Amino acid sequence: MPSRADLHQTDSVVAARADARARATETAPYLPYRPASTSPVVPPGVDPAALTWAETVAPGGYTHKVLARGTRIRLDDPTGRACASVILYNALEPSERLNVADTIKIPWQAYLGAGHPLLSGDGRALASISADTSGHHDAFCGTTTDAFSTARYGSADPQGPTPSGRSRFLLAAAKHGLTGRDLPPSISFFQGVHVEADGQLVFRGSAGAGAYVELIAELPLIVLIVNVPHPLDPAEDYLVGPLQVHAWRGEPTTAADDRFTATPELTRAYLNSIDYAEARGL
Amino acid sequence: MTIPTTHPAGTRTIESTVPVGAVYAAGTPMEESGPLADGPVVSDETVAPLAPWSGALRAGQVLTIVDLGGNQSADFLVYNATETDERYSVPDTLAWQANAYLREGSVLRSNLGRPLMSVVGNEIDRQDTIGGACSKESNTLRYGYHTEHQHGCRENFLSEAARYGLGARDLVSNINWFMNVPVEENGTLGIVDGMSAPGKRVALRAEMDVLVIVSNCPQINNPCNDFNCTPLRMIVTDAPAAAPTGTDHA
Ligand SMILES: [Zn+2]
Repeated sequence: MPSRADLHQTDSVVAARADARARATETAPYLPYRPASTSPVVPPGVDPAALTWAETVAPGGYTHKVLARGTRIRLDDPTGRACASVILYNALEPSERLNVADTIKIPWQAYLGAGHPLLSGDGRALASISADTSGHHDAFCGTTTDAFSTARYGSADPQGPTPSGRSRFLLAAAKHGLTGRDLPPSISFFQGVHVEADGQLVFRGSAGAGAYVELIAELPLIVLIVNVPHPLDPAEDYLVGPLQVHAWRGEPTTAADDRFTATPELTRAYLNSIDYAEARGL
Repeated sequence: MTIPTTHPAGTRTIESTVPVGAVYAAGTPMEESGPLADGPVVSDETVAPLAPWSGALRAGQVLTIVDLGGNQSADFLVYNATETDERYSVPDTLAWQANAYLREGSVLRSNLGRPLMSVVGNEIDRQDTIGGACSKESNTLRYGYHTEHQHGCRENFLSEAARYGLGARDLVSNINWFMNVPVEENGTLGIVDGMSAPGKRVALRAEMDVLVIVSNCPQINNPCNDFNCTPLRMIVTDAPAAAPTGTDHA
């Protein structure tokens, strides 16, 4: 049987260049689609030409993007085994970032769903959940660390089969000049946790294949997403599924939207985001 | 559909859907070699294919890197251990020696022009420091978007650097031990088949206290690893004991 090296002629620069360029005919199940309009799975009702982000994230993988205010973001779990852990930052001032405590405390609601804001620690809505067919999400458990993955799976090597969520967030954050001190607690979509009366956190798993959530960027955002098993996932194996990500141009929440006036806290969160955007000329 | 693969995990095996990169084929010849410097061995570690590594060396200690399987790129960065703003500099290293390749006697200079390490042993005709590191991002330019999910040296550098509080701004152009990047007469350059072989070595003496970060390159799209990612061996030795200079009358 020929070795892999035997399949490639790379003994001169010209031959090596031809060999490298021949690789372009290959494909993979996990990749960014560029331009985004070439996505093979455009969300229903979305004009492909309006897409600004289209990607399938590998199991154990991560992705990240800077998005304009008003952008719509849709996450799809095609297999029922994705776990999209998310951290958001104000792209203009990344010290403003997702605050999970405020995100559940201010709306008086522990479980994320449609209409829920994703709040920063500065009293502003970074994003809104505008649609949700899953209802299985988590704002309590964050994501896995190297210590956790090593204890659960025997390894957390970045190149290996069982990387931790924090190690993936570190890589995503580094691509925006951010480091470990910039990683606040994350939220997870598609894998749910329920709080029992005695406080026990019970893993509820996913809502099954085909669920999606949609977000609206209420400020310019840095979005970090990792796709690793939920910390409470009881499976001994590391069986996370692929995650599909799309984003397209849109408008942020205004006083004309029902969610603006849904609660007094939401009204003030949106007023604060609009105030910030107006002052900055966004 | 996402098909899990099986991996060893301590006393059991584990199923994982993570698309892990390919490693060396069964039966690949390996040569253990040993330190390329005299002096007592301080540490002796094997870096798995695709994995990162780091180590601190005190001034005078020597790091021998063994290319166990041959033609495996060891992507290499070095920092002043106490002031990491001072770090390896390709242009300072090349301008000072007025040569594009590293060989025995080459001094690895910092961005302040000072010697960080020097090449005190080398079993390859020439070593590369102009080819840089691979990354999932640059893979999309070189090979296409289908390679974006593959592990790369920049991921290894970032993962290992984070252990020391270093981040993206601390990654600079690097050295690729055992990689071959010729510059042809008309300026054409690129990675071609390597000139190393199983067991070939390079030895680097620390000229100050240094932090070394290495990525055992996971690239499977070009010949920098002979399309067959193999382990590296990292041996640190102390300087040989100095010859006695006087007589002990006690
Ligand atoms: Zn590499």
